[in-house]
Amino acid sequence: MGISRRDFCKTVAGSAASVAVLAMMPGNLMAKWSDKAFNASELDAAIAAKYGSLPIVDSTSIEIKAPEIAENGAFVPVTVSTTIPGVTNFSIFTPANFSPLVASFDVLPRMKPEVSLRMRMAKTANVVVIAQAGGKLYRAVREVKVTIGGCGG
Amino acid sequence: MKIKAVVQNNVASVKMLIPHPMETGRRKEQNGAIVPAHFITEITATCGGDTVFRAELGPGVSKDPYLSFQFNGAKAGQMLKVTWVDSKGGSGTSEVAMTAM
Repeated sequence: MGISRRDFCKTVAGSAASVAVLAMMPGNLMAKWSDKAFNASELDAAIAAKYGSLPIVDSTSIEIKAPEIAENGAFVPVTVSTTIPGVTNFSIFTPANFSPLVASFDVLPRMKPEVSLRMRMAKTANVVVIAQAGGKLYRAVREVKVTIGGCGG
Repeated sequence: MKIKAVVQNNVASVKMLIPHPMETGRRKEQNGAIVPAHFITEITATCGGDTVFRAELGPGVSKDPYLSFQFNGAKAGQMLKVTWVDSKGGSGTSEVAMTAM
């Protein structure tokens, strides 16, 4: 018979990898950038692509500072910090955008788990922060009302 | 790229502003042509041989990205080096000496 199971798996994995590479063209071929998570168009899919299917619990140990009302969705100032022990990574998502994953940060040994940035929001929506510590995911959510959308139309 | 790194009690507070169009790939010109995606995908900062900051960005980050973070074990006078890479293979590097508060 033609194909062994091992060969079949290799072929499938190979083609999946090439599809992933094609999907991110004309992006670069950086191995580390989470292309699948950034290319996902749904919030849940983006979270799953970034962190896998780990269970998520809501946490009060993540603080999201953001304006209640953002006049300009092109520049929404957001500060995220967390006191979760052993946190290794956290990411900012919003379902408002066609690419819900906005940015992802590694919490390196010398770094404080706190970051500020300015993000785009196409419309009023939640800012969702997912933090990973050990094999667990923690979530915090904050709504931002956007009066003028920020994605160029 | 503008970087400001201030050290107080061995903790460095870093603020950076990177001029970049951060095109999402969704914006249209007035003639209807879509402006191709062009955005920063990764930013790293190193100090004294350690990577002290690593971020992955998508098109949801605003034009001319502003980011701030803090890290410990820093001394005034040490160099902080920030490097970014974008979706078209472009990159930039900047190095500054950290200053005392």
